[in-house]
Amino acid sequence: MKKLINDPRRVVEEAVAGFEAAHGDLVTVSHDPIYIARKDAPRQGKVALVSGGGSGHEPLHGGFVGFGMLDAAVPGPVFTSPTPDPILAATKAVDGGAGVLHIVKNYTGDVLNFETAADLALADGIDVQTVIVDDDVAVKDSLYTAGRRGVAGTVLVEKIAGAAAERGDDLASVAAIATRVNSVTRSMGVALTPCVVPHAGEPSFTLADDEIEIGIGIHGEPGRERIKIEPADAIVDRILAPIVDDLPFASGDRVLLFVNGLGGTPQVELYIVFRRAAEALAERGITVSRTLVGNFVTSLEMQGMSITVMRLDDELEQLWDAPVQTAALRWGR
Amino acid sequence: MTLDTAWAVRWIRASAAVVSEHRVELITLDRDIGDGDHGENLDRGFSAVLPKLDDLADDATPADALKLVATTLISTVGGAAGPLYGTAYLKAAGAIAGQAELDGAAIVALLTAARDGVVLRGKAAPGDKTMVDAWTPAVDAAAAALSNGSDEAGILDAAATAAEAGARATEPLVAHKGRASYLGERAIGHRDPGAQSSALLLRSAADAATDS
Repeated sequence: MKKLINDPRRVVEEAVAGFEAAHGDLVTVSHDPIYIARKDAPRQGKVALVSGGGSGHEPLHGGFVGFGMLDAAVPGPVFTSPTPDPILAATKAVDGGAGVLHIVKNYTGDVLNFETAADLALADGIDVQTVIVDDDVAVKDSLYTAGRRGVAGTVLVEKIAGAAAERGDDLASVAAIATRVNSVTRSMGVALTPCVVPHAGEPSFTLADDEIEIGIGIHGEPGRERIKIEPADAIVDRILAPIVDDLPFASGDRVLLFVNGLGGTPQVELYIVFRRAAEALAERGITVSRTLVGNFVTSLEMQGMSITVMRLDDELEQLWDAPVQTAALRWGR
Repeated sequence: MTLDTAWAVRWIRASAAVVSEHRVELITLDRDIGDGDHGENLDRGFSAVLPKLDDLADDATPADALKLVATTLISTVGGAAGPLYGTAYLKAAGAIAGQAELDGAAIVALLTAARDGVVLRGKAAPGDKTMVDAWTPAVDAAAAALSNGSDEAGILDAAATAAEAGARATEPLVAHKGRASYLGERAIGHRDPGAQSSALLLRSAADAATDS
């Protein structure tokens, strides 16, 4: 294992210190307990957005703290949910009296820790609502699983709900927008290589040189099947079909197409993927009206990518276009 | 052997030791069907409990000791295990509140409340390939041992033995909760790491009742 680290047990605190040094114009960082808050928080009268989860998915979530998006991000240890204490501290720090929305990816640990923190915040008189993101179509949603995972679609939920909060929506409305984004967003990913969690020191799974995992989760959890590597276009077709069929997206729909790198895949390959995905959507009569390409929800150094498609309407388009100023997404301001 | 606060403290120290000793085993089990952090997280949690034991008041009850474990695990473990074990110890403490010494019925009440706490938080049922598959047979065996007239140490031994068998019995199961549920049939053949750690903790409770 070769990594640019000093001590596997200090990975998160050193990275957060670096984030503070680099982006002190946008955020303030609490080191004990660890959370990243918007520089001008709390904003009186604005609904505050708090997200978080295990580290290793950067820029998610800290890179999305700032104007028009999150008020605070709570990074846990690598691939492990933060505990309720820092979530509660962040919630209290950014509450501006209009309530706090927790945006939680659907993993058992994240859900349980955020639920506990929300209970404690409610007991302290802070109005908290929670939206669970579960956009990954690779996992069957049934009574017999923990349900679909929250993956790259989380960025879209955070951006659009953040814009709704910025324009002055109340807590119930911001929660409703976030829920609506989740309900029209579908994702699926593919891994070419595994990743190594620093304190584990070994890959969390193995893939032969010529194998890829279709439907990979952002912690390297397996997906639908393991197959031999194929040309990029064939892989795109293989994961785009279940995404489109699931909602389902239909001819005449207007969508946002998001090609997300998992950390170890170069941009040049992401654009090869984007090219085919856009073409395949056009073949179905689906119009791509907004786009996002890059490494936004990663899985350490994993090679691979995910495709996310969100059905747009006028309001969602407006909120997507609204100004945002964070370390990882910035436009209009 | 009386099951008093000294027993609870011995149980907690033994738990920390056994989790540390089995850290790699738990990581490996979790890597097979989860995300590989269970041993690391639990070891961090119990290591954080140890220094706090020295601060327990002289008149602390067994419930006070268990409550200390609960709050520490909730604030240090993370993942799913933090809230699940935290709730288990919190409910266990609630079931024996105010008692300076625990008789057999109190032990059964403690174990039952812990199991109910895990079920309340995680919403898992027996057979879902989770911690519940160790705790439920442990509670049943403890209740049976109590009605057969076993002493406190015997009740805890019966619970630990049943938990160990329950953990082994998760191997052929498909998981219905947690990250392992994403694997479908690929989880078959792997022991659930949470059930295994539960069995280790219950064995520590029994061991703490036989040595002083």
